[in-house]
Amino acid sequence: MTSDHAADIDRHVRVYITVFVALMALTIITVAVSYLHLPLPIAVTVALLVATVKGSLVACYFMHLISEKKLIYAVLVLTAVFFAALLALPAVTHSDGYWIHE
Amino acid sequence: MSLPGGGVAPTSHVAHEAHHEELGFWRRYIFSTDHKVIGIQYAITGLLFLLCGFSLMMLMRWQLAYPGSPLPRLGALFGDLRMPGGTMLPEFYNELGAMHGTIMVFLGVVPLAVGGFGNFVLPLQIGAQDMAFPRLNMASYWLFFLGGVTMLASFFVPGGAAQSGWTSYSPLANLAGTGQTWWLIGMVFLITSSLLGAVNFITTTIQLRAKGLTFYRFPFFVWAQFVTAFLLLLAFPPLEAAALMQLMDRVAGTSFFLPSGLVVSGQALTVAGDGNPLLWQHLFWFLAHPEVYVLILPAMGIVAEIIANNTRKPLWGYRPMVYSVIFLGFMSFIVWAHHMFMTGMGTAMAAFFQTTTMIISIPSVVILTALIISLWGGSIRFNTPMLFALGFLPMFGIGGLTGLPLGLNVTDIPLHDTYYVIGHFHYVVAPGTIFALFAGVYYWFPKATGRMMNETLGKIHFFGSLVCMNVIFMPMFIQGLAGVSRRLYDGGASYAFAQPVLHLNVVSSWGAWILALFQIPFIFNFFWSIWKGKTAGENPWEATTIEWAAPSPPPHGNFRVAPEAYRGPYEYSVPGAAKDFSPQYEA
Amino acid sequence: MDIPYTVEVRRDTGLTNGKIGIWLFLASEVMLFGALFASYILIRTGAPSWPRGDTILNVPLATFNTIVLISSSVTMVMAWASLMRRRFGTYRIYMGGTILLGFVFLVVKYFEYSHKFHDGLYPSTSNFFAIYFTLTGLHMLHVFGGMLVNAYFWGPGAKLWKTNPVWFTNRVENSGLFWHFVDLVWIFLFPTLYLL
Repeated sequence: MTSDHAADIDRHVRVYITVFVALMALTIITVAVSYLHLPLPIAVTVALLVATVKGSLVACYFMHLISEKKLIYAVLVLTAVFFAALLALPAVTHSDGYWIHE
Repeated sequence: MSLPGGGVAPTSHVAHEAHHEELGFWRRYIFSTDHKVIGIQYAITGLLFLLCGFSLMMLMRWQLAYPGSPLPRLGALFGDLRMPGGTMLPEFYNELGAMHGTIMVFLGVVPLAVGGFGNFVLPLQIGAQDMAFPRLNMASYWLFFLGGVTMLASFFVPGGAAQSGWTSYSPLANLAGTGQTWWLIGMVFLITSSLLGAVNFITTTIQLRAKGLTFYRFPFFVWAQFVTAFLLLLAFPPLEAAALMQLMDRVAGTSFFLPSGLVVSGQALTVAGDGNPLLWQHLFWFLAHPEVYVLILPAMGIVAEIIANNTRKPLWGYRPMVYSVIFLGFMSFIVWAHHMFMTGMGTAMAAFFQTTTMIISIPSVVILTALIISLWGGSIRFNTPMLFALGFLPMFGIGGLTGLPLGLNVTDIPLHDTYYVIGHFHYVVAPGTIFALFAGVYYWFPKATGRMMNETLGKIHFFGSLVCMNVIFMPMFIQGLAGVSRRLYDGGASYAFAQPVLHLNVVSSWGAWILALFQIPFIFNFFWSIWKGKTAGENPWEATTIEWAAPSPPPHGNFRVAPEAYRGPYEYSVPGAAKDFSPQYEA
Repeated sequence: MDIPYTVEVRRDTGLTNGKIGIWLFLASEVMLFGALFASYILIRTGAPSWPRGDTILNVPLATFNTIVLISSSVTMVMAWASLMRRRFGTYRIYMGGTILLGFVFLVVKYFEYSHKFHDGLYPSTSNFFAIYFTLTGLHMLHVFGGMLVNAYFWGPGAKLWKTNPVWFTNRVENSGLFWHFVDLVWIFLFPTLYLL
C-alpha cells in the first residue's frame, strides 16, 4: 500500500464514499424489514444476509481485503472454517438426541 | 565459506550491541525485549511451576495411598482448614487436584515448551535477530507471570483455590468459592499472554526467516512451533469467552451455565435459569482439545531435532511429517466432543466426533513412525538428550494407543472419568512431553549458557525418571479398567469393587515420591553446570541447524553476520562430504 | 536493533510484520466473538421462550449508533487515505472525527445501559439480558480500546509522522483495521440482538 500513488488514493476515496452510502442504505433496509415481523427463520435469513453484505463491504473496501495478499486470505479462510465449526457443531450436537425440554 | 563467527560485522550490529550494553540491569535481565532473555525467563518460571505442580501431586498421593491418615510433620503446615490433625480434608484434595492440573498444563508445560523453547530457539533456528515484535514478547511474558501470581494467590483467599477440576465444569464451578473467580481471572491473563505470543511466533516465522530458508527447509521444530501457534491463536479465544461468561455467572448473577430448578444444599437457587452447563463444556473443550496438541507438538519438534542429530542421518519421512503436523493441527479443532461422549449426545454426533478422533490418530502415528524409522541404520549416540528423546518414543506410543478406546464412544462408556483416562494422558504428558522438554534442556543448555550439563547426572535423571514414571502410571490403567473413578479423594477406598486394586495406590505414590528424588540430580546439574560445566563451543553436538551458527551464548542480535540457508535442515552423512554433517548455514 | 519489514514489505509475502500481526489478532477476535455468538445460538434455541429484540431494546437508538459506528469507519479510512496523500492536517481532522464518533457511540451505550438498569433490568434478569449485556459490553470494551489507540495516534504518537512517515502510516492503517473490525462485529451484533 505504500506504493500507491495519489490517483490511486483518489479512486479509493470515491469507493469509500460509495460504500458508505451503500452501508447506510442497507442499515435502513434491515431495520425496515424488521418492522415487517416476518416469521423467525425468514427474518434470521434476511437479517444475516444483509449483515453479511454490509460486513463484506467493510471488509473488502475499508479493510482493503479485496486487494490483500494470499497469505492473509489463507489465514482468514482457515479462521472461517473453525468459526463455522464453533457455531454449528455445538448446536447440531444439541439438536441430535438430548437436551429435550418440556 | 567460513562460519558466520568471522567476517566483517556490519556497523548496525555493532552499534546496536553497544547500545544494548548501555542498558541497566532491569532493562537487560528483567524487562528485556530480547527473545533469549524472555525465553529463559519463561523456561525458569515454567520449570518452577512444574516443580510446584508436582509438589501438589505428591501431597495428594499421600491421601491416595493412606486415605485418612495424618501426614507426619508436613500435615501441620497446612492448618486446620485444610489438614486438621494432619488429615487431608476432601475440599483440600479437590483444591490440590484442580490446581495440579491447571498449574502443570497452563503454567508449567506450555510456558516451558512454547514460551521457553519456542522463544529461545525459534528465532535462532530461522536465522533471525529476534522476534518480529520484541516488546509484545516482553508483554506476553509478564502477562503470563501475572496469571501465575493470580493462580498462586488464589490459594490464600477465603475458601482456597479453585476446586472444581482444571476443567471447571458448571454448575459446580459456578457455585464454588472465591478461588474459582481468581482462577478465571488468572486464565484471562494467561490466555491473553498466549494470544500475543502466537501472533509473534507466526509473524516471525513467516517474515524473519533467513535468505534461502524456504518452508520445506525448516527444521521440524519450527514447523511444530508454527502449527502450535495457530492452535493457540484460534482455539484459546472461545475459552476466554467462556471464562468471561462464567465470571458473569459468578459475579453478575447471570445463568449462562445454570439450568433451571437447581437445588443446592436444600435451597433452590434464585437465578434466572435456562442456562446450559453443556455450553461450558463445549467452549472449554474447544480449547482444551487443541491444547493437548499444544502440549505434544513442541515435544515432537524437540525429539525430531535430537534424533536427527544423534543418528547422524536425515529424518526419515520429513515431508510426511510436515503434512501430518499440519493435518493434525487442523483436525484438532473438530474432535473436542470426544470428551463429552457421556453427556447424553445422540448417536449421529457421537459417530461424527468418534470418526474425526480416529482420523486424527493417523498423523500422530505417521510422525511417531517416522521418528522410529529414522533410527534405523543410524550411528546412534546415547547422550542424555538422546536418551530422553528415545524414551519419549515408546512412552508416547503407550499414551497414544491407550487413547484409542477413549476416542471410540462405546468403549469410552466404562472408561470415561476413570483412572484409565488419568493413565492415558499422563503417559502422553509426563514420560511423553516432559521427557522431550528435559531432552531439550540438556540439548540447548550449551547454546544458552556456553557450557555442557553433566552426562552422568543426566543419565541418573533419565533412568530413574523412566522407571518411576512407569511405576506411577501403568497401574492406573488397571485401576481404571476395574472401574475406579478419578477425582476421588480416598482413591476408591469406599467402593467394594475397588478393593482388589487399592494397593496400587501405594505403588503409584511411592513411584511419585521416588521420582521426586530423581529430579534432584537434574536440579543440581542445571545450576552447577551454569558455573562449572564443561565449556561448550558454538556447535558441541555437531548439528546442522542454524542456531548452532551463533556463539554460545548468542549476543544481542544473535548472529555477527546474517545467516543464509543453503540446504535442508538434516544433511548428515552426505556421501562425499568432508564431515558427517553439512550445516544448513555453510555455503 | 532494526527488525526488518516493519516499514518496507518482505518481497515474497508482500506484507509488513504489522499487517500480518494485526490480521492474526483479528482472526483470534473472530473466534472470541464467534464463541459468544455460538453461545447465543445455543442458549436461545434451548430456551423455552425468547423475546424479540425490538420488544425490549431501543431500536432507534441502536440504529443511530450503527450509523455512528459506520461513519466512524469512513472517517478512519479517510484518515489513513489522508496520510497516504501526505496531508497530515486532514489526517488529524479525520482521526479526531473517528475518536469523537467513537465517544458518541459510548455515550449512547451509557444511556441505553442506564435506562435498562433504571428499569430494574440487569444481566441477571434473564438469559436474554445476560447475553445482551455480555456481547455489547465486550464490544464496548473493544470500542474503548480502539479509541485509546486512535487517541494515541492522534496525539503523542503522531510525532512519528515527522521521523518516519511511512511507518506511521502503516501503524495508522493497522489501527484502522482493528477499528473496522469493531464496526464489523457491531454490524452482526445489531440485527442479532435488536431485530430478531
